[in-house]
Amino acid sequence: MSDAPHLFVVGASHHTTPLELREKLALDAIKMAEFQQALSTLPGLREFTVLNTCNRVEIYGVADSAETTTRLQEIFCTLQAIQAEDFASIRHTAGGLAAIEHAITVAAGLDSQMLGETEILGQLKDAYAVAQSRRTVGPVLNRVFQKTFQHAKHVRTNTAITEGNISVANVAVELALKIFGDLSTTRVLLLGAGEIGEKTAKAFQSRGARDLTVSSRTLERSMSVATTLGAAALPWEQVNSRLADYSIVVASTAAPGAILTPAEVMPAMRSRPAEPLFFIDLALPRDIDPATAELENVFLYNLDDLAKIAGDNRAARAAEVGRAQIMVREKAAALWKKIVPHAGGQTPPAPVAGLPRHLGDAPAGSG
Amino acid sequence: MLDFSDDRTWLWLAAAAYFGGFVLGTVALLRDRRHSRGWMYAIITIGYLLQTTGLYFRGLEVKGCPLGNTFELYQFTAWSAITLYLVVGPAFRLSLLGYFTCMLTTTLTLLSLLMPSWDAIHRTGIFGGNAWIEFHAALALFSYGVFGLLALTSIMYLLQVFSLKSRHLSGFFSFLPSIRDLDHMNLRLLATGVVLLAASLGVGSVYWLSDIDSVNLLKLLLTVTVWIAYSAACVLRIRQRLIAKRLAWTCIVLFALALISVPFLRSDHKNSESSPSPYTQK
Repeated sequence: MSDAPHLFVVGASHHTTPLELREKLALDAIKMAEFQQALSTLPGLREFTVLNTCNRVEIYGVADSAETTTRLQEIFCTLQAIQAEDFASIRHTAGGLAAIEHAITVAAGLDSQMLGETEILGQLKDAYAVAQSRRTVGPVLNRVFQKTFQHAKHVRTNTAITEGNISVANVAVELALKIFGDLSTTRVLLLGAGEIGEKTAKAFQSRGARDLTVSSRTLERSMSVATTLGAAALPWEQVNSRLADYSIVVASTAAPGAILTPAEVMPAMRSRPAEPLFFIDLALPRDIDPATAELENVFLYNLDDLAKIAGDNRAARAAEVGRAQIMVREKAAALWKKIVPHAGGQTPPAPVAGLPRHLGDAPAGSG
Repeated sequence: MLDFSDDRTWLWLAAAAYFGGFVLGTVALLRDRRHSRGWMYAIITIGYLLQTTGLYFRGLEVKGCPLGNTFELYQFTAWSAITLYLVVGPAFRLSLLGYFTCMLTTTLTLLSLLMPSWDAIHRTGIFGGNAWIEFHAALALFSYGVFGLLALTSIMYLLQVFSLKSRHLSGFFSFLPSIRDLDHMNLRLLATGVVLLAASLGVGSVYWLSDIDSVNLLKLLLTVTVWIAYSAACVLRIRQRLIAKRLAWTCIVLFALALISVPFLRSDHKNSESSPSPYTQK
């Protein structure tokens, strides 16, 4: 076994860890500080960064020996009150080139539960920033992370893994953008108080919709949801008469039949014929009569439509994974060649005991 | 060998540049990618400079704005549309507008270049040395360029509505601008075209009133009809009577009719001279 320092990643993610266990693995702020403090004083650990999200806990590091990484895992298990055997059964590990491949794969969103999501890149950057501020990264990890961020961006830009939204709420927002271009002038009316309706309304708020109004069968319920969302409440009886004031209507009531038909929508359109009206019907049974879509300047999408678009986008992203992985391998190999001198001589350092050198030997994420 | 003293050489090169832009856009769309707006703008600018050079040489030959035959009228209309695109394109950043403009100008310029009979006769001195008449004619043709761009944004509007109503959202359709942006653009272009044509008719009317015999009645009727039709569409749009798809279809049909009427709009002053084109003599 070589004593040369080696690059490694060890952790657990959503791939092998059920939600209940992931909740136990995730480090809260206090434990995170404790863990990092413990690692800072761990003999033989030259550099490290801890990535801690709701879907994964991973430690990227450079260690002098396999014993150091074993000790690191023991510290983690003790801190989180997990049996070492249990952790060993769910953990994923990689060393050297495979560790770099894994870092780029994670940063590019290829290893995420929602393929291609971009939040993980920010989380990885935050983890690296913390490590920088604590001075726990050195020549190897600095290079690995800085290049990883560049390569992840390259993969995202040159493949379609981030294209198209894959959640119903974001698909609805994307469609609204195709109709209105800019949401800052749009007023959104949320009918009913279903969970999916609320999520969609929040998505519109986060994308800059001018204002949001909630209307439910009972005013109390409307007020309650409106307070949660920072929105206004509209009495149910006034929905028809005020329909013309809104550009986007998100319907998710539990009504047994259609609550808006062409007869109700037509007067609203007559008062503002040049302005489009976008209905998002998330209810089952449907809240908006399908015949409403025949009206000029009215656009209607129901839950099935949105789910199909999200599914198509998901499939399109999945189709790009192979191409993205080839890019990751190429970029990782190029980076690894530059890292080798820093990571222990001109030849790739020996893998940590029990850690495969290549991701392909035991894919990170597969335990 | 290319003869750079021949205006048609420059106009062919301009048509090739516009066609290049069209091909670039088509390839990008077939590969499901958004074409580079910068590249498209650069190619169109190159085409515009080449076309301007060609029209300048033709202008020197005919001693005025080259509006003396059908070939020149189509070339000038295409040049006007490009001029407007170069001005409004970067400001409004309408995705695919450059691509559609390339499509229109490629059609107009190639069509005019491929029809020798349209350029068989060169008329010189068609404005009788009157700069105001020249301005009137150029302004009228420029408004046709505006209406050409309006027809393009109307087509884009109809495609976007079709895309949203029929759930065809991927590929080419995913790059189209929003319904509202296109609607606003349509209204702006419609109003601009109407104002420009009104100004052109205003300038022309001063001349007509002073020399009524010189007026070609058919040309006058056609121009005024086009202006009335577009003005009516503009007023109805502002009053929200003619909106959405009906407005888009109206603008497309009106431009098609306006294009058909272009050969009848030739300026032909009583003192003008006609000569066979050197191109047709070769």
